[in-house]
Amino acid sequence: MLANRKLILAHFWLAFGVFGIALTLGAWQMFIRSPIGTWLSNPELYYRSLTAHGTVMGYVFPTLVAMGFGYAISESALEQRLVGVRWAWTGFWLIVAGAIMAMVPVVLGRASVLYTFYPPLIGNVFYYLGVVLVVVGSWIWVALMAINLRVWRRAHPGAPVPLAMFANVAGSYLWAWTAVGAALELLLQIIPVAAGLKATIDAGLARVFFSWTLHAIVYFWLMPTYIAYYTIVPRAIGGRVYSDSMARISFILFLVVAMPIGMHHTFADPQVGAGFKFIHSAFTALVALPTLLTVFTICASVEIAARLRGGRGMFGWIRALPWDNPMMLALAFSFVMLGFGGAGGLINMSYQLDASIHNTQWITGHFHLIFGGAIVIMYFAIAYDLWPHLTGRELIDLRLIRTQLWLWFVGMIITTFPWHWVGILGMPRRMAYFDFGDPAIAPQALSVTFSAIGGFILLASGIMFIVILARGMRAPQVDAGPYRFALAVHQPATVPVALNTHALWVALMIVLTLTNYGYPIVTLALTEGTSVPAVYVGAQ
Amino acid sequence: MSARDLFTFRNSHFRIGVGITAAILIVTAITGFIVLPFAQHWVQFANVWDAICSAAGVPQRAANVTAPEQTKRLSEVVLTSHTLSRPSQEAIGRGATLAQRCAICHGPTGISRADSPNLAGQYAAVIYKELHDFRSGARTNAVMSPFAVNLTDQEIADLSNYYAYLPRPAAYHPTPQLPKPSIVIYGAPMRGIAPCGSCHGSLDNKTGSPWLEGQSEAYMKVQLHAFASGERRNDISQQMRNIARAMTPQEIEAAAAYYASQPPDVVKAVD
Ligand code: HEM
Ligand SMILES: [Cu+2]
Repeated sequence: MLANRKLILAHFWLAFGVFGIALTLGAWQMFIRSPIGTWLSNPELYYRSLTAHGTVMGYVFPTLVAMGFGYAISESALEQRLVGVRWAWTGFWLIVAGAIMAMVPVVLGRASVLYTFYPPLIGNVFYYLGVVLVVVGSWIWVALMAINLRVWRRAHPGAPVPLAMFANVAGSYLWAWTAVGAALELLLQIIPVAAGLKATIDAGLARVFFSWTLHAIVYFWLMPTYIAYYTIVPRAIGGRVYSDSMARISFILFLVVAMPIGMHHTFADPQVGAGFKFIHSAFTALVALPTLLTVFTICASVEIAARLRGGRGMFGWIRALPWDNPMMLALAFSFVMLGFGGAGGLINMSYQLDASIHNTQWITGHFHLIFGGAIVIMYFAIAYDLWPHLTGRELIDLRLIRTQLWLWFVGMIITTFPWHWVGILGMPRRMAYFDFGDPAIAPQALSVTFSAIGGFILLASGIMFIVILARGMRAPQVDAGPYRFALAVHQPATVPVALNTHALWVALMIVLTLTNYGYPIVTLALTEGTSVPAVYVGAQ
Repeated sequence: MSARDLFTFRNSHFRIGVGITAAILIVTAITGFIVLPFAQHWVQFANVWDAICSAAGVPQRAANVTAPEQTKRLSEVVLTSHTLSRPSQEAIGRGATLAQRCAICHGPTGISRADSPNLAGQYAAVIYKELHDFRSGARTNAVMSPFAVNLTDQEIADLSNYYAYLPRPAAYHPTPQLPKPSIVIYGAPMRGIAPCGSCHGSLDNKTGSPWLEGQSEAYMKVQLHAFASGERRNDISQQMRNIARAMTPQEIEAAAAYYASQPPDVVKAVD
């Protein structure tokens, strides 16, 4: 039932193409600031690379994956041709245009501001306009997802929305709202300065706006992964979803509590009151809930598959799992990385503990483990699972796929564990050069070297991934049949309104944003004398 | 199933969803705005409202704190984007006339033979700032200060534009070029020292930082030591004092010798 395969393939190829470039930059960054590289002598090059790497990995790559996957879900789960195909292509081309527009100034060294924008640092205006175009392109997708669901609802009044689509639309709403923070920062604060209309900027307010985006964007990155956990993995390994309602509740919880917690990124900022920091910290603790629910439900679903395959005993069933199935492997790796990453996250979210790792390499280690590890490995799995349906050709070499997943997992552990460790020792993040000859940091040289080696393993795995997909475009043709999602043990015949629609939860999301962000934003905006002169990158 | 059936307290999901959310919000708000502020015994609050305002981050001006008395003069230079923009030929000509009295030390073409700084082609903002600082007393020098005290703002701007307009001493190689010492290439990250070039022009130029290539070795050494000892203090926010203090005498030696041996053509131009 995938009618618009070209559209979906375009999204995936662009996503994985830019991913390949950004991955290479990442490996280079790792290498060049490690003891095995020699000092660049121009730190500006490092920040150029870092800006490109972060912008692509944070904004362009996951957005494209979510969009492509979203279109696939809409067509296959709803069994309905995509409405608004022309708009979908418009969104795609906006992202292409935006990505190019943003990357040209970065390559030229005119926008080495890093993907978090770092005001009062100000780069070339086209960098920001490019990012805005990417976001606008993705908003078209948000609208299309809502419209497609509405069209389907009209044809199926009262019927339960398929879980995959319910989650997909929840993710798109989350993205629509969370992107507003960065959009306000760009449109009201940064772009006027970059365009030369103003020369000062309220950096504190800008950081608060950015924190509005920065946490929930993480859950937007995570959505495709969680959708794959619930709706692809059980089917691929021959099991069933343990509970459809539990799944819906998890996605609903993400919608409600992912937003009002972003100020855990501003714990060290003086312009935010401690009371608000506490509220955000407490709500952050809640966001562990949907993940714990998910881990429980997925483990139960996997156990069902194992028992159906004849697995027995308290833990004996684990052996009965189809370990040679790439989807099983990806899930297991993803869960291990999610577990370690989640444990690290508990440290980041506590006001006091955060102080010891704030702005250290621990942070970069943490989000690479969660995002680059647990999340991206499921992006790979999604691509592998969808590919035959998109190309009409079989992915034959399962062993190569397994090797690729193994390398990503091992590479990520080797990269990120020492990365966390040097962070605890106090090594700052976002530094182009470390003098490992200095006795103060000489003991960290070994850990950083391991990270760099891990980086090259990841690069190798990433190249293999792209080769596998490219070879899949030329493999023998097969009829992959319709694309299906996992069924629940008790496939629901009816679902309560609240679990079948998003309105209530979107409303709560917006209300909590207003309660948790309203006051700090309004006071910062109204307080006089809080702006500082902009610092222009690459200008004289 | 319509919004009417959902957004009502008769719907149990609505009741539970809204109820739990509101309860959590209220409990965390009371904890964050009232309980925790009072749990800090070392902070005194006049009343509950005072504690809430403090936790909310209401901007407050402390009433009884006065700024510490400033005993030494600091740099007060203000540079806007218009101060030195697009000098007219006339302004440069006026600067040239004024510059005749500087020639005795800084050389008739802005290239010194007396261990004073070469000014030809120096960034205009640098000359502007130093002359202002000499005039205000933020920087003092027995020879230089008397020249600066009587200059007007206009004269300072003209002089700055004139010297910036002169060609840099291109083929000026006082000594064989030395290799870059590590303090210049790397700085010393663990001591908070950035590579010199990240401000002084070869990698990037930060407004007010001069380029150093081909300057007198003796002069640069004296200045670095003056920054380190705090004898010179007209650098804004102690930018240069912090660095000089963290440098070893050997590094000061090496950096000064290196820069003195370089031709100034590697430095970024300013438009
Ligand atoms: C899908 C995988 C990845 C994602 C999503 C990702 C994402 C990011 C992001 C968002 C940043 C922050 C940029 C900033 O601070 O402005 C970053 C930094 C960085 N990444 Fe990645 N990255 C990925 C893979 C890799 C890999 C495989 C490597 C190494 C081989 C790597 C090396 C680095 C390095 C060295 C930094 C900079 C750390 C610093 O200087 O603070 N990344 N990455
Ligand atoms: Cu966060």
